[in-house]
Amino acid sequence: MSSGLYQIRDKDLDTTLDLTRLKPYGDTMNDGKVQTSFTLPVKNDDKGAAAAVLLAQKMGLADPNVALRQSLDETFTFYVVYGSLTHSINYNEIVVQTVTDETMDMHETDEFLQERLGRKLVVIGASTGTDAHTVGIDAIMNRKGFAGHYGLERYEMIEAYNLGSQVPNEVFLQKAAEVKADVLLVSQTVTQKDVHIQNLTELIELAEAEGVREKYIMCCGGARVTHALAKELGYDAGFGAGTYADDVATFCAKELARRLGK
Amino acid sequence: MESKLNLDLKLVEEARAHAARVADDVQQFIDGCTTVAVERTICRLMGIDGVGGADTPDITGENNMGVPLPNVVVEHLTDKGALSQGAAFWVGNAMAETGKDPQAIAEAVSAGQLDLTALPAHSEAEIRAALAPVVKDALAKIKTRRQRREDFIAAHGGEKDGPWIYLIVATGNIYEDITQATAAARQGADVIAVIRTTGQSLLDYVPYGATTEGFGGTYATQENFRLMRSALDKVGEELGRYIRLCNYCSGLCMPEIAAMGAFEGLDVMLNDALYGILFRDINMQRTLVDQSFSRAINAYAGVVINTGEDNYLTTADAVEEAHTVLASQFLNEQFALRAGLPEEQMGLGHAFEIDPAVENGFLYELAQAQMAREIFPKAPLKYMPPTKFMTGNVFRGQVQDALFNMVTILTGQKIHLLGMMTEAIHTPFLSDRFLAIENAQYIFRTMQDLGSELVFKPGGIMETRAHDVLEKATRLLGEIEKLGLFETLEKGVFADIKRPRDGGKGLDGVTAKAPGYLNPFLEEMQKGGGAA
Repeated sequence: MSSGLYQIRDKDLDTTLDLTRLKPYGDTMNDGKVQTSFTLPVKNDDKGAAAAVLLAQKMGLADPNVALRQSLDETFTFYVVYGSLTHSINYNEIVVQTVTDETMDMHETDEFLQERLGRKLVVIGASTGTDAHTVGIDAIMNRKGFAGHYGLERYEMIEAYNLGSQVPNEVFLQKAAEVKADVLLVSQTVTQKDVHIQNLTELIELAEAEGVREKYIMCCGGARVTHALAKELGYDAGFGAGTYADDVATFCAKELARRLGK
Repeated sequence: MESKLNLDLKLVEEARAHAARVADDVQQFIDGCTTVAVERTICRLMGIDGVGGADTPDITGENNMGVPLPNVVVEHLTDKGALSQGAAFWVGNAMAETGKDPQAIAEAVSAGQLDLTALPAHSEAEIRAALAPVVKDALAKIKTRRQRREDFIAAHGGEKDGPWIYLIVATGNIYEDITQATAAARQGADVIAVIRTTGQSLLDYVPYGATTEGFGGTYATQENFRLMRSALDKVGEELGRYIRLCNYCSGLCMPEIAAMGAFEGLDVMLNDALYGILFRDINMQRTLVDQSFSRAINAYAGVVINTGEDNYLTTADAVEEAHTVLASQFLNEQFALRAGLPEEQMGLGHAFEIDPAVENGFLYELAQAQMAREIFPKAPLKYMPPTKFMTGNVFRGQVQDALFNMVTILTGQKIHLLGMMTEAIHTPFLSDRFLAIENAQYIFRTMQDLGSELVFKPGGIMETRAHDVLEKATRLLGEIEKLGLFETLEKGVFADIKRPRDGGKGLDGVTAKAPGYLNPFLEEMQKGGGAA
């Protein structure tokens, strides 16, 4: 089997970028090079390596090269495989849902709220259900913020209530009514067996049953949350990995202004 | 050990003295109270186990877990307003009256056939005499377990030098956990921790039996403990070394889990009231009382406790708040000593959580770890890997974990929780664990004696950093002594989190002890004798 190790470049490779036939880039346009690693529940021998190659081919990798095969246990073997992806996609046809076009920083959001709303935006946040992790909601709300992005508590024009973790959905809605919240932020960190989806759905259903869904801007966040998922579950926005307090604040400020026609 | 950091030993003494007075003050409160969890633990130690018939849904709402008999007995006594004398008093009285054993008595209570408070009262001497064989049995059982661990280690070349590699399994299914734990042991793990299911810390009972459903972890049950311990014994025999088992003696059932762990031969237990107060919003009065008894049990069983200071740094800043970690370590040390737990069983916690963007951040980590090593020389310090600044860039993550591994080997940390490059993405794959162990073993091997070859520059960055942190921690402990621990927690000194004295979960389970209160196990445990 050709490992491709000494084959610097396919002579017939068309190296012009064509966005309608987009492929991964290794070191040459359209080479399609990818790295993948996985474990198979079989012994570390030649047959196992052949199985890894066949799987890589089924994934659409041409010339798969098993760079590493490593025993993890008697009957578990780890493979690192390089290859050239034969698939391509049409980049120009892709449409994605995004939360906001441009994120304002803390001062811009404060000014925006001052001018348009003339009062503080009331935000209440929690990690709800059985989720005991506060890391997500803290990253967005704690004064200190995360990775250089100040948290909502630091915003002059935001009144922020962080209820912490393991807040039942009923209690969360009750508190939201008490503080006359504009925005509800729900963080979900634990996602095993999709427990986050059950819990997020339950909150929306509860809000609808109590007839308060339209009163609030409802957002959810977490490492496994995307804007598209949030919309699907009935939220106004979703904030996943790589989003910060300023993204949340921008969306909420603009959305409230839009709803109030200000 | 000579101080590489030229620490001011007078300051260390002063800090320790402040912490001792804080702990004495809290201990006075602890000694006057009992809790539903403490009394359920006493029931368990008396041999009461199993579940009654009533419906108790688990966190999914789908499975009936039954009501554990220790809960049945304690709820019965609470309903009768009789808990303040202690479960041992009432069960002992029933034993003296009926001649039945505690399990039969609990079953009769569960069946509604027996009112413990309606029986004729026996003298304290009669009650103690009835309880004596039961107490002796329980303590002998725990002692045998402890002896077994010590014999196994002695028979397999003694205790390992260098760090214990600590790995987590968290599948939710005890049988799947066993597959993963066995593989991890073969790959080089010394300690296997079975993460608990989300939400268990807030259950006011311990589920019963083997479990296969959990979220982000597996229920801590006595049967799950037994299954995992026996699987690790098996793989330990095969590998010729002892594999320690760790679980979580925290939350609302702190002392109960300690008792179950003591019976089943667990080796390491997360055990920190301050953690529960701050991060699980458990009431401070409740959990400090619970902690005291749980630490006495852990002490007797030879279990190494792990404290949770590392968690402060997941919410507070690791550079600015480093002194709160040290202050809390001083407090945890004093609370542990008051429960009879020796320094050799204190896995005081801290973590490698400084932002990678901080210049000289590695020097601060090294200084903090070396300082903890010098201030608590006998403690098997628990060192936690980076989590807060793990980003999904698995390649950088592997480097962050490598730096963390270097601090451990340079400063002699003992319980080394392995960092995973896929932290912040998913619970570890089998291959993630392999790569993490390979990383750690490589560094531990090639840098084994580097620590003893290095001296730090007098007056340099590290010495200055350690001095600053120690000074701030001492000052903070002085303030805590003035305020009292409860007020300190109310003010949000630790982890930037404020907790009211009467807030949080579990306060209704705290009861002042009445005259004649009886806890025959604590008395015996405090006489010591657990150590071989």
